Amino acid sequence: MLLIIPFGVMLSSCVTVKPYQKMYLNDAEMELALRKAEKYEQNFLLYREGSSGANGGKSGGGCGCN
Amino acid sequence: MRKIPLLIAVFCASILYSFAQTPTTTDTAQYPEKKLKLDEVNFVSGYYHQDGDHSAVTGGIGTENLTDVANTIELNLSNINKRGNKHLFSFEIGVDTYTSASSDNIELPGQDSSINARISLTGPSHQDTRVYPSLSYSVENEKKGIIVGFGASYSHEYDYVSKGLNINFVKTSKDKNRELGVKLFAYLDEWTVIYPYELRPPNYGTGSSHDNLPVDIKPRNSLQATFTLSQVVSKRLQVVLLLDPAYQQGQLTTLYQRVYFNDNSERVEKLPDTRFKFPIAIRANYFLGDRIIVRSWYRFYHDDWGNTAHTVSLETSVKLNPFFSLTPFYRYSTQSGIYYFAPKSGHSIDETFYTSDYDLSNFNSRFIGIGIRLAPPKGIFAVKYWNSLELRYGHYIRSTDLVANQISLALKFK
Repeated sequence: MLLIIPFGVMLSSCVTVKPYQKMYLNDAEMELALRKAEKYEQNFLLYREGSSGANGGKSGGGCGCN
Repeated sequence: MRKIPLLIAVFCASILYSFAQTPTTTDTAQYPEKKLKLDEVNFVSGYYHQDGDHSAVTGGIGTENLTDVANTIELNLSNINKRGNKHLFSFEIGVDTYTSASSDNIELPGQDSSINARISLTGPSHQDTRVYPSLSYSVENEKKGIIVGFGASYSHEYDYVSKGLNINFVKTSKDKNRELGVKLFAYLDEWTVIYPYELRPPNYGTGSSHDNLPVDIKPRNSLQATFTLSQVVSKRLQVVLLLDPAYQQGQLTTLYQRVYFNDNSERVEKLPDTRFKFPIAIRANYFLGDRIIVRSWYRFYHDDWGNTAHTVSLETSVKLNPFFSLTPFYRYSTQSGIYYFAPKSGHSIDETFYTSDYDLSNFNSRFIGIGIRLAPPKGIFAVKYWNSLELRYGHYIRSTDLVANQISLALKFK
């Protein structure tokens, strides 16, 4: 709830941004996905911590037992 | 309280409404066909080293020394057909090689001169290689703002095989400011059961390729659904809400991990054979001024083994010029630990489930580091197709005395 309600409020306050106004949003570092270089960081964090998921990676499959 | 479900229903309805589009007349226009071409090649390499003194293999004591070297290559190809649909193909293969001191202790710990220790050095998982290819295909109808795709993955290491399938659907709003994504994963895994030397049943194999005695293979299945809703909030801010429930069933216990009880007896770890995980997260990226990008992420996690975690991550990319940026980052995580964890000699013999795996214990962790990114318009070192280079280093500290370092290098050719 603590995440969904602020997200809903944010949606209701957003403005329509035209394609030609997306200079900042289209910057490679503004991507909402993980960086390629974060791939292995996510991998070891998945193994070393009891929590996982909701970061664009997998949260099941594979062993991770070492 | 009754208003909350109503609010959620109104919220979901408003999202769906925003994706609705008025039907248009059938478009019969012909688009210029584009043949299959290689769009992008990505290389990612990583080096990871950790050390600690709470190995689960030796019952919550002993070295956690581990080194992993990983490399991945990813090829992305595409073509456009006469209807204007874009077909995207992706192929990835990764190879990890790791050495793990704790896995070496599956056999008699500290008795390196014994025959068993010698078997282990060439056997189960003192040193191993994991190979993991994956394929995906998707088709994008830009006019309708729809992407539909599927993929398959495979992962193989000495005692573990994972086969995965996934399907995905993405719908973009007409103004391209909102996107809804659904991805469903299924992993069908098989785990070769290896027991510690002293707890191995009679006539049961070591798992070593030199040993002809039989070993069991047990399944572990995972189902995961990923829901994402991203939104452009302003010219400088975009956010995404991620919901990632996962259900696992089968062999979730690592049977070569020891547990020492308070009556000095010893058994292998025992955990439930199902687990439901519920993570939800929000990511927000903001372009501050002309040179700074703030990337933030917060996740709440809970599972039915009793682990609750909060994780927050903050990155600030500072553009020293349009093609070169420095990115310091910080991540903090805290978790309550599962119901079934206790340190060495902390478990009572009458407990149903028990583990001394500190990855599942109560702790907090910090991950701090810096990244650099180079993306000059004429290519890295003036190599035309070498689009970008990214190097990241991070130092990880866990309150259970585990320390790790990670270096990653990502190269993009376009």
